[in-house]
Amino acid sequence: MSDSIRSTPVPAAAQPRRKTGFWQATLALTAKDLRAELRGRELINAMLLYAVLAVLIFSFALELDREARETSIAGVFWVTVIFAGMLGLNRSLAAEKDRGNLDALLLAPIDRGALFFGKMLSNLVYMLIVAGLLIVLVTILFNISLLVPWLLAVILLGTVGFAAVGTLLSSMTVHTRARETMLPILLLPVTLPIILTSVKASTAILNGVAQADWIAWPQMLLVADVILLALSYILFEFVVEE
Amino acid sequence: MNRTLDSAPNRVLTVLTVVAVLMFVMAVGMALFYAPTDRQGDVQRLFYLHLGTFMGGALAFFIGAIASVAYLVWRGEGWDALALASIEVGLVFSGFTIVSGAIWARPIWNTWWTWDPRLTSAAIMWLAYAAYLMLRNGIDEPGRRARFAAVYGIVAFSSVIFTTVITRVRPDTIHPVVVGPSPQNAQGSFGLESPAMRVTLVFNIVTFVVLTITLIWHRLRMESFSRRVQALKMKLMAR
Repeated sequence: MSDSIRSTPVPAAAQPRRKTGFWQATLALTAKDLRAELRGRELINAMLLYAVLAVLIFSFALELDREARETSIAGVFWVTVIFAGMLGLNRSLAAEKDRGNLDALLLAPIDRGALFFGKMLSNLVYMLIVAGLLIVLVTILFNISLLVPWLLAVILLGTVGFAAVGTLLSSMTVHTRARETMLPILLLPVTLPIILTSVKASTAILNGVAQADWIAWPQMLLVADVILLALSYILFEFVVEE
Repeated sequence: MNRTLDSAPNRVLTVLTVVAVLMFVMAVGMALFYAPTDRQGDVQRLFYLHLGTFMGGALAFFIGAIASVAYLVWRGEGWDALALASIEVGLVFSGFTIVSGAIWARPIWNTWWTWDPRLTSAAIMWLAYAAYLMLRNGIDEPGRRARFAAVYGIVAFSSVIFTTVITRVRPDTIHPVVVGPSPQNAQGSFGLESPAMRVTLVFNIVTFVVLTITLIWHRLRMESFSRRVQALKMKLMAR
């Protein structure tokens, strides 16, 4: 009796479907986000326009003359990238939730970690696009070339850490009452290690300080990145568990 | 855990409260009258409370971080209440640390505030935990509030530690270190030359540790009462 049951072939639909591979799922999610953004362009246009406006306002507000530029341009750059990044972070999960897509994503047979990395990568791409535009803009407007290899490395490291914590926290703030107002309040104090080291390293690099004097900053930035990335990845599962 | 949170008066807590209050009065008295006056004058007496509240605040935040991890692992509502209680107490104490430091700095450094690494990391710590309370206020559903708060409590604690480490490795701080070697740029350093000063300091630190634990306990009881009231109210409304 029991043998006959055991030998009955299980219908194909009842068989648990194999989970999609981790990186495959991650890249698929990122590709979906970027494709949607490419077609709708609701985020990136706002972020880019905001970045241009911010640089304009900074140059009036700080009266960036020749000397002032050299000391404060890294600060202007990072503040602009971070605030533009927050614009993107605010929408990236809110858009999913408002369209009811978040539940579908959570039901999908993929690892929750892949969901985190997928979202993080698309947020990172937006921030890097803004940073790319700023590099060109600052080079033209202020005649300071930001195309320094080490600076590009610092920009990459800084945006990676910021996107990681930002993705974690924005997935919480979409469920709060104040939403858009809440994200900067939560995000800025905890990303201070990243902002601080990025700005310090960038300023030193742009001012042509000897490498031995500033190499500690990118190193600390790297450590902060690793810690915050691991923490965000682990804690994300608790945020989206329902 | 439940017995310690019972609504009946808790004898251990009552005793602890009386001891804490007496110790606090004595600690303040020692700082004001027993400890000899330093070269810096009477303003130096703030230091005992400054370091005491800092120790109390740090302990409270540490308990808050542990309770946050414990909540995510075991999911007891008590852990969530403990995290909230500790972080609230920690905010009060670290707020006092910052204010007392500013009052001391005005005559000694000739400024209320400077963006010194140590001051910066203290301010960021305060802001991160203020954000923790904001986050709690912004979420209505209790289960989700506890979960998100625990997640943020852990992230905040690790960043605070890291900010502290980053800013402390810089040698350019002007903040004196009284216990242990002072940084070379420290301004307004003072040693605790007389034994009476050292006794006062140790007693203040012990007092604030006891005070912190007492206050967290009280706040924890209050929180569990208010949750019980909330639950009863819901029951009544459901009728």
